[in-house]
Amino acid sequence: MPYIPHDPDETAVMLATVGLDSLDALFDEIPAALQCDVLEIPDGISERALRREMEHRAAQQPDLRCFAGGGVYAHHIPALVWEIAGRGEFYSAYTPYQPEASQGTLQTLYEFQSCITRLTGMDISNASLHDGPTALAEACLMALRLRQDRNRAILVPATLWPHWRAVLETILGLQDIQLVLLPMDPGTGRLILPEQGLDEREPAAMIIPQIGIFGVLEDVDTLSLWAEQQGLLRIAVCSPYALAMLKPPVEWGERGVDIAVGEAQPLGVPLSGGGPYLGFLACRRDHVRQLPGRLVAKTVDREGREGYCLTLQAREQHIRRGKATSNICTSQGLLVTAATIHMGALGADGLQQAAWESHRLAVRLQSLLLDIPGVQGTCPGPIFQEFAVRFPLPARYLQDRLLEAGILAGIPLQDWGMGEDGDMLVACTELLDDQDLEEYAAAIRQILQEGRLAWN
Amino acid sequence: MELIFGLDHKRPEREPPEGIPVSLLRQGRLPLPNPSELEVLRHYTRLSQQNFSVDTQFYPLGSCTMKYNPRIAHELAVQRGFSRLHPATPARAQQGLLQCLWELQEWLTALTGMAAASLTPAAGAQGELAGVAMIRAYHRRLGDSGRTRFLIPQGAHGTNPASARMAGFDVSEIPCGPEGDMDLEALDRALGPDVAGIMLTNPSVLGTFERQIAEVARRVHAAGGLLYYDGANLNAILGRVKPGVMGFDAMHLNLHKTFATPHGGGGPGSGVVAVSAALEPYLPVPRVGRDSCGWCWETRRNHPDSIGQLGGYGGSVAVLLRAHAYIRRLGAKGLRRVSAYAALNANYLLKELQRAGYLAAFPQRRAGHEFVLSLQDLRETTGVRALDVVKRLLDFGIHAPTVYFPQLVPECLLVEPTETESRATLDRFVAVMAKIRREAMETPEILFGAPHHLPVKRLDEALAARRLEVAG
Repeated sequence: MPYIPHDPDETAVMLATVGLDSLDALFDEIPAALQCDVLEIPDGISERALRREMEHRAAQQPDLRCFAGGGVYAHHIPALVWEIAGRGEFYSAYTPYQPEASQGTLQTLYEFQSCITRLTGMDISNASLHDGPTALAEACLMALRLRQDRNRAILVPATLWPHWRAVLETILGLQDIQLVLLPMDPGTGRLILPEQGLDEREPAAMIIPQIGIFGVLEDVDTLSLWAEQQGLLRIAVCSPYALAMLKPPVEWGERGVDIAVGEAQPLGVPLSGGGPYLGFLACRRDHVRQLPGRLVAKTVDREGREGYCLTLQAREQHIRRGKATSNICTSQGLLVTAATIHMGALGADGLQQAAWESHRLAVRLQSLLLDIPGVQGTCPGPIFQEFAVRFPLPARYLQDRLLEAGILAGIPLQDWGMGEDGDMLVACTELLDDQDLEEYAAAIRQILQEGRLAWN
Repeated sequence: MELIFGLDHKRPEREPPEGIPVSLLRQGRLPLPNPSELEVLRHYTRLSQQNFSVDTQFYPLGSCTMKYNPRIAHELAVQRGFSRLHPATPARAQQGLLQCLWELQEWLTALTGMAAASLTPAAGAQGELAGVAMIRAYHRRLGDSGRTRFLIPQGAHGTNPASARMAGFDVSEIPCGPEGDMDLEALDRALGPDVAGIMLTNPSVLGTFERQIAEVARRVHAAGGLLYYDGANLNAILGRVKPGVMGFDAMHLNLHKTFATPHGGGGPGSGVVAVSAALEPYLPVPRVGRDSCGWCWETRRNHPDSIGQLGGYGGSVAVLLRAHAYIRRLGAKGLRRVSAYAALNANYLLKELQRAGYLAAFPQRRAGHEFVLSLQDLRETTGVRALDVVKRLLDFGIHAPTVYFPQLVPECLLVEPTETESRATLDRFVAVMAKIRREAMETPEILFGAPHHLPVKRLDEALAARRLEVAG
């Protein structure tokens, strides 16, 4: 019996203690009409048969050099990150409700919070949320609680990733919160601010992505200043590797932003086909009472020794129930542990080195691709590690063809219902090298040439 | 322990990149440390040693199902063919993964007696949100937007009311009778044209099976409401009672409880949702589908009535893979054994603890996979509170049971041993509990000061909130 230790004698003795003669009798309070005998599930298999089956399944995914991003990226993860995060003491621990028995997890969460405040410059970070998009949705709800004098509406830029906007529509839509779209200039990939200021709808907050949907860096100071003038709370959307190079949200505009969120997956969390990931949410100190999610604080024990515990739990569902700041029950514990170890393992220098290299590769690939006849840029602005490019053939077709060369070429913008047929969003990380870029460009050149021959 | 930030070695400054305006760049140094690799390894290894975990301690933690997390599931889920897969990879290059997820979707649908499932919710609370959102969408589709209230039983998990509120509902509580079953008269009084549905777990948070569930379902349905099943306690009835057969219309499963994926110090979890045929169109997307080319992700284009997307992608995939491996390993028979031995361990432990002098909150009832003790008698005779008892348990290398939940039983412990613990472990727990009971009578100060043998003693949580030192 997998994972159940009882032998027949033990089972018999235990049943006798309970005063029953069969295991089925343990369910005697359940009406017979509700009980079932048959499960439409295959028979179990041995561990070795399972391994064989699943190794075969895993092998069906080809090894690809990853040029896809869109908010989650294939950065290098040092070997020690999961060596430690995978230790049973982290892996199989519970949420740290018993602080004396959870100092390892608690201090790690505290260090994560500290790292996020150091990256963003904000005062306070929670111990993570489910992923970047849900962190943004929670930030919007938080902003609405902070600005109850305003309409239940949020300014959402067209430069926000569409899958992030989709999550806002789901979660904020449930409370009939209005999403007011700020348009983008398709020529620059940057936001267009309304010349007249805001109309009478007066939203509570504005979302400001540091990097737009086409990879172009936004003029965050101008956007923040404008939002300040309109009396809006500012919610920054940032990416951790980009923050190693770019201006932290605490410095945007005159006063800095109110809330900063982002997807922390790049910090040591494997891509794993879409999850689990972790979102971060940081804010100003005076907003802390409206912060959703777990928060760890430093304190002392009876003998004055330093220790850590969960704090402000009165915001949370297990205490506050229906009046909680969110229904979220926990954080992304193990992934927070990995992200914290990852930041330690890279250090400031390693994080910046990876950011600089990702940027260099992206700029180089952009220029290699633009050198190919027929390939056009979409937006001219400065980029970090990702850019959009317009191919003369459908991006989905090219993505499919490049799989044969062992390359995941990027994200066809049509997958997001955006741009033109040939538009592809391409990302680079330090996992790639110059040869990978040259092979990418050569493969594109080759396919386009074939295409031209076919046309002629 | 010292923070990682104290382990810092100087590194040369980096030239700013060309081509990015200075106004967009970070000025000054990035305030993170530069420790050596060995320093990092030692620091976090030592921190890990300050944790309790299932791998090192017994965790009789009610409502949390802290069972053994099989390592094969971990090994298989992190294979590079899965772990390096970017979610934007075309479906034809992720068929192995999609097949696993599709199978899991099918198996969980079968196990729950529902019509369809969606794997996307990232955690139980998000599954609940999806569930109440689907029920909201269902009523609205019928042109009924007046159903603004959800019912929950008294003492339900805190996420239930919080999730209902997140979906814009008000919440009313229904009391239970002296034997733990729902008060049907109170239910009748609460039902009406403004009730969207009811959220229940069964066995309830009291660890006892709601025997009138079929009648509850009949009355709620007759009043036009739907039933939501909180899957937190599914381990108790796994493979024996299907929530769909009990009359539930929507539910979530906590894969990190019932299906042995790790708790990880508080996440990541997975809160897969399953629904009846009537709610199927509203399931969150993406879902895993099958077409002429194989398996694929289905989006809103395939399911226009979906409540939408709850997260960036298709859910906690690496968690889903672990649950898939667990179900494949156990099979139908193994899953039915899970509930049998979970119930055996709980009922055995309850009997033995009663013999040691502890009082069951519902002594006349069969325990499900967990049970409630009340230490009110101990409090009255010795001044020792439930909190003191569980803190003392930590000294013996046993994690505290859930304490002060469910809130309707005074000084309560909620104890859930799970099926993966041996009789010897349970017997040792009973012996320790008996010893603690004696200490409470004879030397209560030992309990008031507990724990004595952990890295820290009882922490000043009020000071933590007052100082609010949350970053260093």
